[in-house]
Amino acid sequence: MSSETKPASGVAKIARRTFLVSAGVVGGGVALGLALSPNRLKMYRDDVASDDEIILNTWVKLTPDNQLTVIIPHSEMGQGVGTGLAQMLAEEMEADWETVSIEQAPASDDYINSDLGRGYIVGEGARIPAFAYPMLDFAFLQIAKGLVGQITGGSTAIRLTGYHGMRRAGAAAREMLTRAAAKEWNVPVNALRAEASMIHHDASGRSASFGTFAAAAASFTPNLKPELKSAKDYKIVGTPKPRLDIPEKVTGEAQFGMDVIVPGMKYAAIAQAPVYGAEAVSIADPTNAAPQIVNLGNAVVVVADSYWEASNALRRIEIEWDGGDPSLTSDALRALHSAHLEETDHEEVMDKAGDAPAKLASPDTLSVEYAVPYLAHATMEPMNCTASVRDGKCELWVGHQNPITARDDAAEALGVNKSDVTIHNVYLGGGFGRRARTDNVIQAARVASEIGVPVKLIWSREQDMSNDFYRPAIVSRMKGLVEDGKIAAMDHAYIFADAGMPDSERPYAFQYDVQNKRIARHPYESPIPVGAWRSVDFTQMGFFNESFMDEMAHRAGADPLAFRIAHKSDPRCRAVLERLADEARWGRPLTLGAAQGVAIVDSFEAIVGQVAELTIEDDNRVRLHRLTSVVDCGQVINPDSAEAQIHSSVIFALSAVFFGEITLENGQIVQQNFPDYDMVRLRNAPVQAVHFIKSDHPPGGLGEPGTPPVAPALTNAIYAATGKRIRELPLTRAGFSSV
Amino acid sequence: MKISFVLNGEATTVDAPSDMPLLWVLREKLELTGTKFGCGIAACGACTVHVNGVATRTCVLPASVIDGAEVKTIEGVASPSGEMSAVQAAWIEHQAPQCGYCQSGMVMAAEALLDENPDPTDEDIDNAITNICRCGTYERVRTAIHAAARARREG
Repeated sequence: MSSETKPASGVAKIARRTFLVSAGVVGGGVALGLALSPNRLKMYRDDVASDDEIILNTWVKLTPDNQLTVIIPHSEMGQGVGTGLAQMLAEEMEADWETVSIEQAPASDDYINSDLGRGYIVGEGARIPAFAYPMLDFAFLQIAKGLVGQITGGSTAIRLTGYHGMRRAGAAAREMLTRAAAKEWNVPVNALRAEASMIHHDASGRSASFGTFAAAAASFTPNLKPELKSAKDYKIVGTPKPRLDIPEKVTGEAQFGMDVIVPGMKYAAIAQAPVYGAEAVSIADPTNAAPQIVNLGNAVVVVADSYWEASNALRRIEIEWDGGDPSLTSDALRALHSAHLEETDHEEVMDKAGDAPAKLASPDTLSVEYAVPYLAHATMEPMNCTASVRDGKCELWVGHQNPITARDDAAEALGVNKSDVTIHNVYLGGGFGRRARTDNVIQAARVASEIGVPVKLIWSREQDMSNDFYRPAIVSRMKGLVEDGKIAAMDHAYIFADAGMPDSERPYAFQYDVQNKRIARHPYESPIPVGAWRSVDFTQMGFFNESFMDEMAHRAGADPLAFRIAHKSDPRCRAVLERLADEARWGRPLTLGAAQGVAIVDSFEAIVGQVAELTIEDDNRVRLHRLTSVVDCGQVINPDSAEAQIHSSVIFALSAVFFGEITLENGQIVQQNFPDYDMVRLRNAPVQAVHFIKSDHPPGGLGEPGTPPVAPALTNAIYAATGKRIRELPLTRAGFSSV
Repeated sequence: MKISFVLNGEATTVDAPSDMPLLWVLREKLELTGTKFGCGIAACGACTVHVNGVATRTCVLPASVIDGAEVKTIEGVASPSGEMSAVQAAWIEHQAPQCGYCQSGMVMAAEALLDENPDPTDEDIDNAITNICRCGTYERVRTAIHAAARARREG
């Protein structure tokens, strides 16, 4: 895999991989728990520890004066990941929360987060998030480079890295410190007690700080199966600790990729091929100002002393593009999508039970089509990357969801070793899946290499919006038959462009008890780039399934919420719906004359039920008064951050429902900036109520699960208000707008 | 051209093209990167600073316009001794930011609103704060503005 050589830890790493290869061959990936060499937990790396810091294991640093640093192998893009993971580690370590700080893990193989989860699953019964199955399957691991890294995506940080890794890293650190104290004081380990970063020997009344024993503790080998606390004894997990990254985000000090300043750097503006597949064949400067131009083939970059000058020069020059398909339009794409829906030769049957086709031959069958558009991510911080390439070494500064892959892709683009590329991963001004891609990183590296001085590449908003990896547009056909007040059979067929969602998360599932069902997808290659967009395939599937469930309920003459409960045997889902009926005052809206709509989606191991309460004003303007969410995500690590994630998911989804649509004319993306790809703002953001079900289940994901039910809850409420069933998004297509 | 103005209380002179937007003067010439680039067309509010006390979107504001003006950026909101403003304190108290990228602009817009209207209603807030936040922090932003208004009135 890697040609890099490194003393000490590098040796351990190679040995571990060699072992895994044989384990993978013999045991088919079963022996995953053995992935972790004990040596791996004990590292001394110059780039992580400064003079007075002692590394207890890969994820924990302690100073003699008892300050604790937790090293975080996930990217901070608004979700509060560092604080949550640190809470999990500090809890098991019995650390004093006041001494805790966090630090971004270096983008090096030693800090790959999938290893953290995989490595610790020794005889755990392997409760692994389905999103991570591919990371854990060794054969897949070898071929799927994109899944090896410090990926922040799939809502896996807490449920994988935290639950399997950070808790044990903390517990192992506590054991090492306690052993060191026992040795020092010459008392049995079990006579000692750790509390608030102190070790106490109650019998003698002696106590000393963790820091006192840091150096001695580091000589012990971490226990791979340390004793973990019972959830009922938690003091830090489950409490609303203020996020550690927030103070610097209100003073302007937080450094995002956009803010990086490297001495002597230049600024670059970019024009990417307006038509997919086109190349720049000639570049002319009518003013003869001779700006510094780099032709990357599918993009032209102008470099100057300031971004303003670079973008002005870029506007001035005349670029001739050739190639691609300038005839591509949204109408043509839509026709293509519909054709794919009828094309069953390559269909993949995802789920099947009973005999749905026979049942659905009934004349009473309802058959309806749904469609959702391409969507851009539109992170607040446009894409950017700062690069310096000198003497065969490359340094990159960027906020990235997958820094190790970014490093690898930059190395490949420059033809250098991965070990010659260093990534400084800084704060992300929004990610939502967009910042897992490496296009901007490769561009910056190539430009810096070409011009020989450090350069900050900044995409304009227009470049950002028209060069995305969009959420796939999907058309879908659902059929269903109601008999005796219940769904007797259902069938779902939809087109499928791969956005990176592992099937193991079962986004396609119809999450209700139906005896006869058939779900099939029709794969196709999207002519425009697609990728993961917050909650990935669940956003489209949630809209189709939950709209259809509503249609079935009305067909049965049933209350939509009670109808859902009648088709759910999972007690957790039933409990969410029952609580939702109560909290949202189902059938008794708070607002006079308001209509309500309900939806529930189980995704990333979290169940989110939502009720939208709205009125329709003049000119079909929708006023969304309240949106109530009831969430069962298992254990809640930080209730305050958890609530924020639901707030966030709801607004993200609402912007898409109201306004979100990416279209094409002449092979080019039409939407360029916020006026034509508008966003919900304060004035049309609903009041939100968020309730969590108290649960002892292991934590599920939470960055994404709040998004999928929003669209159907809203459109189901519009149906309740108007009798108009919305089967295409955004709402503007059906003549509705926001207040 | 040479542009002289008062920046966060200090007399400042900078040499910049007259049509260069203030945003880029601040970020690149003066290395004050707390003010953010979001859209380049004054649609999102990430670049909001105060010009003569008025919340102003700087990504389209030519630098020449600020000659002789008083400019306050997010870096100048806390007191010189580092004490946070009531708005900043409320932002932390209510854990408003998520990714944080739009929050400098949000804080500046909120400061200007409260300077003008010490006790805004929800509707006042909705009308005054039109900044875009893709993380959807709106609910907490509204709560934090009310809390800051209270703190300022009682302060």
